[in-house]
Amino acid sequence: MSATTGPGTAGVRYGLAQWGTGKSVMLAAALVTGLLSLLPLGFVLYVAVSSGWDTIQALVLRPKVAELLGNTLVLLALVLPSSAVLAVAMAWLVERTDLPFARLWSWLAVAPLALPAFVHSYAWSAFAPRFHGLWAAVLISLLAYLPFIYLPVAAQMRRLDPALEDMARSMGKRPLAVFVLVVLPQLRLAILGGALLIGLHLLAEYGLFVLTRFDTFATAIVDQFQAVYNGPSANLLGGVLVLLCVALLGIEARLRGTERYARLGSGAARQSQRRALGRWRWPALAFLLIFALLSLAVPLGTLARWLGSGGLAIWKLEFILPALAQTALLALSGAALTTLAALPVAWLAVRAPGRLQKLLEAGHAYVGALPGVIIALALVSVTVRVALPLYQTMATLLLAYVLMFLPRALVGLRTSIAQAPLELERTAQSLGRTPLMAIWHTTVRLAAPGALASAAMAALGITTELTATLMLAPNGTRTLAMRFWSYTSELDLAAAAPYALLMIVLSIPLVVLLQMQADHFEQA
Amino acid sequence: MSDRSAFWAAVLVLPALSLPAQAQQDPIVVYNAQHETLAQEWATAFTEETGIPVIIRQGADVEVGNQIVQEGANSPADVFLTENSPAMVLVDTAGLFAPLPPDILDQVPAQFRPVDGNWIGIAARSTVFAYNTEQLAPAELPQSLAELAEPEWQGRWAASPSGADFQAIVAAYLALEGEDATLSWLQGMAQNALVVRGNRAAMAAANSGEVDGALIYHYYWFGDQAGTGESSANTALHYFGKQDPGAFISISGGGVLASSTHKDEAMAFLRFITGPAGQAVLREGTSFEYAVGSGEASNPALPPLLELDAPEIDPSRLDTARAAALLTQAGLF
Repeated sequence: MSATTGPGTAGVRYGLAQWGTGKSVMLAAALVTGLLSLLPLGFVLYVAVSSGWDTIQALVLRPKVAELLGNTLVLLALVLPSSAVLAVAMAWLVERTDLPFARLWSWLAVAPLALPAFVHSYAWSAFAPRFHGLWAAVLISLLAYLPFIYLPVAAQMRRLDPALEDMARSMGKRPLAVFVLVVLPQLRLAILGGALLIGLHLLAEYGLFVLTRFDTFATAIVDQFQAVYNGPSANLLGGVLVLLCVALLGIEARLRGTERYARLGSGAARQSQRRALGRWRWPALAFLLIFALLSLAVPLGTLARWLGSGGLAIWKLEFILPALAQTALLALSGAALTTLAALPVAWLAVRAPGRLQKLLEAGHAYVGALPGVIIALALVSVTVRVALPLYQTMATLLLAYVLMFLPRALVGLRTSIAQAPLELERTAQSLGRTPLMAIWHTTVRLAAPGALASAAMAALGITTELTATLMLAPNGTRTLAMRFWSYTSELDLAAAAPYALLMIVLSIPLVVLLQMQADHFEQA
Repeated sequence: MSDRSAFWAAVLVLPALSLPAQAQQDPIVVYNAQHETLAQEWATAFTEETGIPVIIRQGADVEVGNQIVQEGANSPADVFLTENSPAMVLVDTAGLFAPLPPDILDQVPAQFRPVDGNWIGIAARSTVFAYNTEQLAPAELPQSLAELAEPEWQGRWAASPSGADFQAIVAAYLALEGEDATLSWLQGMAQNALVVRGNRAAMAAANSGEVDGALIYHYYWFGDQAGTGESSANTALHYFGKQDPGAFISISGGGVLASSTHKDEAMAFLRFITGPAGQAVLREGTSFEYAVGSGEASNPALPPLLELDAPEIDPSRLDTARAAALLTQAGLF
């Protein structure tokens, strides 16, 4: 056989060998970001080891920490299931029923994402000053984060193949049974992915819970940080948070299971029949209207009141314009870098899944559950001690953004890479492209819309990021979030309002991008 | 395609990397833990007068103080301004301040600066009890801070122990009453107080009637009254007086870093804010903090500083690390 090797097979062999090179380059790149992402964990471990068991015992095994653990767990236990139920209900109403103005409701369901979580809670604390504690934290978390589940669930619901449901119905199943037995399982990956994202946010979020007066690990870490800076306590609490995140990832992986729900064949699925709501139309409308009122009208109304009471005097353009420009610049460049850094990890997850790749992915995910303070503390300590020229530079700040928001970028990127056929990469190589160029010209190009959505997710996070930016940014950097917090801490709510408004304005195109991308989204 | 992508990547990333280079020529860097609005007013007026640009890096007292200690001789900061003095003591103890010349020190009376002359008071704030006037009659007001730890005050007052403001009050209690008394007071507080984050939240809790009163600094109340009033309209202020720990006056400090490469300009800035023009910003602006310059009156809305009958405490004795440890021990954070 070897004697008959023709040019064609030689080309394929050449391609396969080159594909191996492409993989090793991607693996090397993923290892670099993976090692960088271990930096905060390494720092937390270093602090834990150097403070010794007695200190750990005194600082971690105390009643306050048990209270924080209880609070955080209760929060997760209440928010995650209820947001899944609400998101599925909303997505079903919007996508699968004859609800009037379905497109409008679909946009209204996603719109709260454009409002920073702390703006939600600031508005609520002004709107209902006596509403706080656990239930306020649960409600505002739901309002602020529901779109994270709604987006993928609605997208998935839209492209479900109705043939499966028809079959179940033809076998005599009642509608509810069809939904539970056929529809829900197909939504599982979308629900779990969204819930994991919300879970990470709940663990890491500071601003939302401060204002609702609900103590979580993140708020306690910031307290410790502000009181004793780089003491062992903040970092040890961060260590507990890492463990919580690992548990969350484990639960998600277990629930995700190994079953696959791929559509058979590539033919277009028939558009499924929209169900007539009948007399349920009004309650359904009321449900969506209440959500829109709570998640949009309350914060925007409060903001409008502050803007109104401030008049023209609060539009100090000499401060506002630079903050707007710097925030936009940081969000754009941070999002571009984050997406680029997520590419090798996402590519490996699709093209070469394995134990090492899973480890790399988990190594990134845990950072998403840490408050910015812990990541910034690690980077400050490392740069001050061993890399002083990098201290307070844009490079370090962008690195922090990449680490913090890579888990978000990974989600969209992975699913869109999965839709790009491997054969194209190989063909491109057999036509003489170098391995990396082949990946760049085929898979990356095809995944570009997903990459754009990933970048939008990262940019949304960066636009409202506060603590890491405060600690790492070069001198003279003043972002919208920094000014907003500065004014609100001085009680000048009117002066803070323009900054909140501009954060929303910057976020709107990102949310539009996410919603439009979700129309073409397919769960891998 | 790849060329174009590379181009766009460069367009997006390069400007960000070059951001620090956009800074103006030879500005002084102020690490500021004071209110940003106030620091900005000082900086703008100073730049107008001298032409020296000022870059403000914003943070909170203890956090920025510790950051300077961590940076050590490499600190990019020229000046450090705080809301409360413990963070100044932190940096001073690490030996990182340059001694101030007599002409600056002489602008502020001795009671508002440490004996060693390495930093100086730039403003002051008084501890107050903001109480809901519908729920508390003047006769029912607490006569001392200690009283608030007693059982009859359970669930009736709010405070924000996580902030540097409150830690300064605890440090004062510690300096005046000693460690045992402070710990037992904090333990009483852990039983009694509604713990919130931020003085505004504490004041708002008193305003809404959720609690009877809040232990805060005076300017939060005056600032809210001058603004929307939404967190203070139903409250009035009670000053403890009688040199009680509850009458503690906290000194906001300013110092020049020994490592500063622009010492003359940094000194000029400190001279400016402790001098007549800088203190006038306190009197005429919206900060409602007390002026401390010799012969400088404060905002006329405020009761005179010297009539508050505050306890005398050498600011360099305020030990914020010990205060934080006691707060942790009492389970307040």
